[in-house]
Amino acid sequence: MQSSQTPPRANLAGWFYVAPLVLVLVPFFVAPILVVLAASFFATDGFGGLTPGFTLASYVEVLHSALTLKLYLATIKFTVLTWICTLIIGFFVAYFLVFHVRNQLLAIGLFLLCTVPFWTSNIIRMISWIPLLGKEGLINQALLGMGVIRQPLEVLLFSDLAVVIAYVHQLTIFMVVPIFNSMARIDKKLIEAAIDAGASRFDIMRLIVVPMSKSGIALGTIFVVSIVMGDFFVVKVMSGGGSASVVSAFYEDVGVLQYPTAAASAVLLTLVLVAIVSLILRTVDIRQEITR
Amino acid sequence: MKSDRGDIELAGVCKSFDGATYVVDGVNLKIADGAYCCFIGPSGCGKTTILRMIAGHDDPTAGEIVIGGQNVVGLAPVQRRTAMMFQSYALFPHLTVRENIAFALRVRGQSKSDRLRAADAMIEKVRLTQFADRLPAQLSGGQQQRVALARAAITEPRVLLLDEPLSALDEQLRVQMRQELRRMQQELGITFIHVTHTQLEAIALADLVVVMEQGKIKQAGPAREVYAHPHDRYVAEFMGGQNVLSGRVEKVNGASFTLARAAPDGIEVPLRPRSAVSVGDKVDIAVRRDDVALVRPGRDLPPGCTTSLPSRVLAIEYQGYFVKVMLDTVPDDEFVAYVPEKTFFADPFAVGDVVMATWATGSALPLA
Repeated sequence: MQSSQTPPRANLAGWFYVAPLVLVLVPFFVAPILVVLAASFFATDGFGGLTPGFTLASYVEVLHSALTLKLYLATIKFTVLTWICTLIIGFFVAYFLVFHVRNQLLAIGLFLLCTVPFWTSNIIRMISWIPLLGKEGLINQALLGMGVIRQPLEVLLFSDLAVVIAYVHQLTIFMVVPIFNSMARIDKKLIEAAIDAGASRFDIMRLIVVPMSKSGIALGTIFVVSIVMGDFFVVKVMSGGGSASVVSAFYEDVGVLQYPTAAASAVLLTLVLVAIVSLILRTVDIRQEITR
Repeated sequence: MKSDRGDIELAGVCKSFDGATYVVDGVNLKIADGAYCCFIGPSGCGKTTILRMIAGHDDPTAGEIVIGGQNVVGLAPVQRRTAMMFQSYALFPHLTVRENIAFALRVRGQSKSDRLRAADAMIEKVRLTQFADRLPAQLSGGQQQRVALARAAITEPRVLLLDEPLSALDEQLRVQMRQELRRMQQELGITFIHVTHTQLEAIALADLVVVMEQGKIKQAGPAREVYAHPHDRYVAEFMGGQNVLSGRVEKVNGASFTLARAAPDGIEVPLRPRSAVSVGDKVDIAVRRDDVALVRPGRDLPPGCTTSLPSRVLAIEYQGYFVKVMLDTVPDDEFVAYVPEKTFFADPFAVGDVVMATWATGSALPLA
């Protein structure tokens, strides 16, 4: 309303306020994206050399490939499975911490405990699944020992199941934190008021806690979805090369110097992710929920 | 058998959160069905804990809570048929006014059309029809309070419990909403229990005022009795409007006794019926601030006054229909006279003037 009449001095001050953010975002976010975007329209000589120009050849190639659809379906499958598991675990961990742990110090302690797996590197965390899930692993040994199975289960490691397990292990914390955060802001009096009105535990969760944790759930979903969709490493390691994701395909492209197709795939994935995130933001007004 | 009566009896109710200190310490009280009862006391006196125990949000450590003839200890709020209106209302921020009010019916499994019809009827009763689709954050404090009241009343409870319902409102609105509470109580015809720390609120609303201190009931009775005839120094000072003096009994003469004071002839105080004092006892007495008359030294005392205490005027506050004159009559303690405006300005005093504070002998009240 007043921006058209804002004096130039105030305008300058405004620029100063955003300057630090701009200084970080432009070189580390905007510029790389522009580079990738430009590269996706360039032609290639097949040996890593790029010819500046404007061609849609790379996009045509990516979109025409049957592999693209297959990879997207595989990635979406992983994403949905991981999302469901992290959401259920994350929600109940947060719920337990906020509503059942009376002692706040204990709650914070348990909350920090959730971050312990992050004290080691991603790779070590993945490798550590092998002695548990492997053919000679603990689970197979135990099941064999109890006589539940005769043959070791092959499906445990280097399979889609292993991929999802690794994702869930890695990403549940990204659900716990934002959901914990939005749940912690629910006034305990509201729960009492609901009990006073005769609500059961399930009613309280369904009618009060879930709707009021919406922003946390949305934020966690954005984290989990964008990380899983942008990952190739976990898929590669945990599936033992049996499965691939969208990113692993253009990682291969980069390996064989097909930069424009890799760039085009990357742009495509970015667009898909932006669409998903904006869909989430449309259903939950995170900004309004957070400032409430 | 469920009873519709909302009479409440507290018998030896105690509450301790840590096992060592008692927040509520042996409270006995009877509240009649359909009464408006106010619990009043400073913060931490246990009044809110009593309310929460009646509501079923806290369990008493010992004692019985009987509602309508049935011991309700251990029962859920729904089974007690009580409803609570929370301090700062605890409205569900993500639900509209209508959904907030219909919430209790929803969790009771009423059909959507039934519960919305009931909610709309209640919304009309609290005059919020035009706001039915708004969220609580879009309402003023007074409107939120009415939503909270409607939400609590919709289940037709036999007891409605209000935890400092007016404390979040500004002064003018408070007086207005006070009347509304009373109107709702009469309309619903159910027992209201109201916790407050404002004396005016309590005596304006309540049939039964319960004054509390440190987990114990100091005095419980009709508003006028508690205000005009406080039992002891604590109640007199807490309810306000009284000057409290203490001294030793100098002599007992029939229906009255004389309290030794700085005053040349002592203070003559009528005895309470069926009570006795003996010479040498330390006794507190209360004199209502509006019973104190101020006379310039050397003038005749008004008829009926036998005691006069020389005092100096410390401060004067104009209050509209009366003038508050603060005196140094009692060392280290407040002594105040509320002088009617017209009387005061007929012959105004100034700060520093020496006056004689006097009152009709019969209006002095010995305290326990």
